[in-house]
Amino acid sequence: MHPSRRSFLAGSAATLSFGGSTLKLRAAETDSRFVLILLRGAMDGLNVVVPYGDANLKTWRPGLVLPEPGQPNGLSDLGGFWGLHPSLKAAYLLYSANDLLPIQCVAGPNRSRSHFEAQDMLEIGAEHRMTSGWLNRIAGALPPNPNCDAAFTMNAMTPLILHGPAPTITWDPFHARARTSPGFYDSIVAMHADDPLTGAEIADGLKERRYIDRVLSGISYDGLSPGFPRLARAAARLLAAPDGPRLAELDLDGWDTHSDQAPRLAESLRKLDEGIGVLRADLAAVWPKTVILIVTEFGRTVRQNGTTGTDHGTGTAALLMGGGVAGGRVLVDWPGLRQDQLFEDRDLQPTLDIRAVTKGLLGPHFGLSVGELATVFPDSESITPKPGLLRV
Amino acid sequence: MNAPDPLLARVGPSVLTTALADREHNQALKAGIPSNSGMAQLFPEEMTAALRHAVSTDLPLRERLVWFWANHFTVSARAGNWAMGLLGAYIQEAIRPHVTGRFADMVKAVMRHPAMLFYLDNWMSTGPGSPRGRTQHIGLNENLARECLELHTLGVQAGYTQSDVTALAAILTGRTFNREGDSPGFVFTADMHEPGSKKFMGHAFAQGFPGGEAALDWIADHPGTRRHIATQLIRHFVADAPPENCIVRLESVLAETGGDLNHTMLAIIDMSEAWQPLTKFRAPAEYVIAVQRALDLPFEPGYHLLDATRDLGQPFMSPLLPNGWPDTAADWISGEALLKRADWAMTQASRPGAPSADAVIEATIADVVSASTLKAVRSASTPAEALATVFVSPEFLRR
Repeated sequence: MHPSRRSFLAGSAATLSFGGSTLKLRAAETDSRFVLILLRGAMDGLNVVVPYGDANLKTWRPGLVLPEPGQPNGLSDLGGFWGLHPSLKAAYLLYSANDLLPIQCVAGPNRSRSHFEAQDMLEIGAEHRMTSGWLNRIAGALPPNPNCDAAFTMNAMTPLILHGPAPTITWDPFHARARTSPGFYDSIVAMHADDPLTGAEIADGLKERRYIDRVLSGISYDGLSPGFPRLARAAARLLAAPDGPRLAELDLDGWDTHSDQAPRLAESLRKLDEGIGVLRADLAAVWPKTVILIVTEFGRTVRQNGTTGTDHGTGTAALLMGGGVAGGRVLVDWPGLRQDQLFEDRDLQPTLDIRAVTKGLLGPHFGLSVGELATVFPDSESITPKPGLLRV
Repeated sequence: MNAPDPLLARVGPSVLTTALADREHNQALKAGIPSNSGMAQLFPEEMTAALRHAVSTDLPLRERLVWFWANHFTVSARAGNWAMGLLGAYIQEAIRPHVTGRFADMVKAVMRHPAMLFYLDNWMSTGPGSPRGRTQHIGLNENLARECLELHTLGVQAGYTQSDVTALAAILTGRTFNREGDSPGFVFTADMHEPGSKKFMGHAFAQGFPGGEAALDWIADHPGTRRHIATQLIRHFVADAPPENCIVRLESVLAETGGDLNHTMLAIIDMSEAWQPLTKFRAPAEYVIAVQRALDLPFEPGYHLLDATRDLGQPFMSPLLPNGWPDTAADWISGEALLKRADWAMTQASRPGAPSADAVIEATIADVVSASTLKAVRSASTPAEALATVFVSPEFLRR
């Protein structure tokens, strides 16, 4: 929050992270909204954006195949070969409105099949470890807003993707606050006024907290399931504010379906879908300027395992949605499911680096050049931004 | 400093008991019997015990050393069940016995502990020329070797190269974890070990487990390592910007004593710089302990202390990355983070039986308290708010 700290940290981080080159992005457009939803635990993309037209699917996973479109509880058809999991009802409405682009066979830069490694590298957005995440680096590119920082997470903890030199908001709408007299926090701020480290930070923090409290005041979670859908409502309220933050991060877990996958995945997707519906409705006023990207750290094995689940894999699906998204189709370079087409004889072959999507998206959405995107995603020069993700 | 560690005299968590408990847990679940002795359940139990010990111990400096070294040799619970479940055993077996012992012994204990072998992937690292590597076409995982050099010992500026990292990875192959049988634990699997002697930073180290121990001894006593750990210790115990004279002093103590951490700590205690008040901003977990010690109340039930470290932004023993939690004020100070301390301090100050603000000032910050803090405390509306004000004063937030 404090300008001197902001510039100090930006300077030192640039030295540490970018080999001495200066992190300098031009002020990006400020009216665009971006939501990143991280599905932690590795979603089985093959059961979400389903290639029901590929005959091999049934061979590998007889216990996991969903009824084809048109049958009871069947897939929602995505143009004849692909189907969307039936739990994703709100998402399918977006597809029908050409606002949803399902993407298949994506992977991050990491092949470890370790949740921890792959989530970290997905959030860092590079092939080597850094102490900052790419959403933080985007946040650093946005012009300062006197009300609050540019990026927030609806979370008790700051995820790695938001760590870094740019100040960001970690907001837990259900964080318990003690009852205090009205002047308590002002008195704390006054006590710190002369402190060179904390004085400005805590004063700005209280201003920001009051701003967010004001924006969120009167919010109702009636009728929403606990957890993700409620966080989505709070996030949408903040993002919709004309003078509020522009970048949001949400987490949803429940994807590590090593056993008994069908009901567990259906329930996790239902929760996700409820959140998607909330975001669509609550962001209606800014929907044309909104882009939502839903990603997971890796996919799961093409073969079902011995406990009607799937194990850690590679290629998976991502979902891109928003008023400006060129949706209503499936984005995929389909590698096939024959045994010799699998990655390491077990996983869906990745054919698209997730950074091609994020770069192809964030470039036009926030007006960042290819060179600037290379600063946000170091070592990604060879990854060409995917064109045509947004309607122009 | 030489007082015996009471926790070492007790039977604490171990790899053996952890692995057996987890096995029983999984067998019970398979048989449809409810069980809560699995990895994910052991973690909050053991870490709550560790936090409570830090509050109630008569040897708080020893606990700070345990935390410092556990962070230096980070195994993070974020990495999942095995790292999480073995953390209690890791601290008890690899860290705690050595915090006033020899640094090289701690390095060697860490580099064979299953928690670390899991966390940084060495358990599966296989020499490409080993029997298993040749038949299964699997190879090295350099993760542990790289972090050992960069984070635990030499530091990036010490001048090692990629080929040194690869050589150390080859040296460390075979160090893995046997989960089967009656005594699960560390095992050196010759089948996975890269054959032949290896050249690391210009020195040859013999094939086998002893060659690895020799390499670790050599690395632990390298001038680059002494510089690296002296800098980190001074940053932790003296100031965010560690004074050069203090670093140099510690380097020479480490060199003269063969890496004796007891003498090292005594040397820090002898430094006038270490006694300058308010030079260090308390990280959240340390802050939680400081508030609990000042409150001196019975523990709240459940995992309250563990939850508090998470709510204040430093979930205990769960740093994001292998480099551990950062150790400077700038890393911990943000507006909302400070306000969350105020929120939590208020809940704590409101507990029945909490001492008065004046009593806590007297016991903690009396020598350094500023006029503006006293003014804020005096003008508080309730005794609880007065005490919470003390807890979030600039003086109490620091040490």
